[in-house]
Amino acid sequence: MRIILHKCSVLYRSVTGIKTKMSISSGVIQSAITNKLKTNLNTTHLEVINESYMHNVPKGSETHFKVVVISEKFKDLPLIKRHRLVNNLLKDELQSGVHALSIVAKTPEQWQESDKIIESSPNCRGGFGK
Amino acid sequence: MDKFGRSLLKNYVQIARFYSTKSKEEIDKLVKGKNVVVFMKGVPEEPRCGFSNAVVQILRMHGVKYEAHDVLKDESLRQGIKEYSNWPTIPQVYMNGEFVGGCDVMLQMHQSGDLIEEFEKVGIKSALLTKHEKEQKQKEEAEKGKTG
Repeated sequence: MRIILHKCSVLYRSVTGIKTKMSISSGVIQSAITNKLKTNLNTTHLEVINESYMHNVPKGSETHFKVVVISEKFKDLPLIKRHRLVNNLLKDELQSGVHALSIVAKTPEQWQESDKIIESSPNCRGGFGK
Repeated sequence: MDKFGRSLLKNYVQIARFYSTKSKEEIDKLVKGKNVVVFMKGVPEEPRCGFSNAVVQILRMHGVKYEAHDVLKDESLRQGIKEYSNWPTIPQVYMNGEFVGGCDVMLQMHQSGDLIEEFEKVGIKSALLTKHEKEQKQKEEAEKGKTG
């Protein structure tokens, strides 16, 4: 199963050509985040990246995520409201273990116009896994 | 009360304080009437999280003075500030008592140039703007020198 997921991830990366480090296998929380965003925001493009490996947490943790959410529903919403929308959808996850969520929220037009390069989040600086 | 009892009580009070949640009124006092306040992990000289560090670096680039609070030192503040702004993550930046955003929002406003206007609203002139104006002036003078 892990191998299949790995292959999917590699294939996905080569198709999208996005320069990010993706987590290899999809975890439970990662899938939950993906489902919630996909169904509630009707995303035209979605990436849920587990960045926990960059932090001071046990291997395989699901604590630090970056999401790239492209949805028509962001139209005419200021940045902070887009972020609040995503935060609210993921409220349960954020209250139960996920403590870092980096968000890229764009409309399909904005995504088309952008260079589509998602930069990796800043390096961890200790913080005792918090 | 004997010495042991007193120290036990003292510990208990400390623990209770650590695990309680700061009230809205208490946080109001920290942010109201202040230009820029940052709630972060660690201190500006030594941030303990990459996201907090990014915010510190942005503010440094703009030459902005601010008050910083370390949420790792105070669990009640860490919890309280999240409820106060209804924002689930740290760092958090406030200007004139209003929540402005976390690391992503600050970074995107910095890149789009909107942050300069945001600082202007609270009466702060960004060092980047001052630098830009200086360069423009020098350029104009150089142009004048050429034609004159």
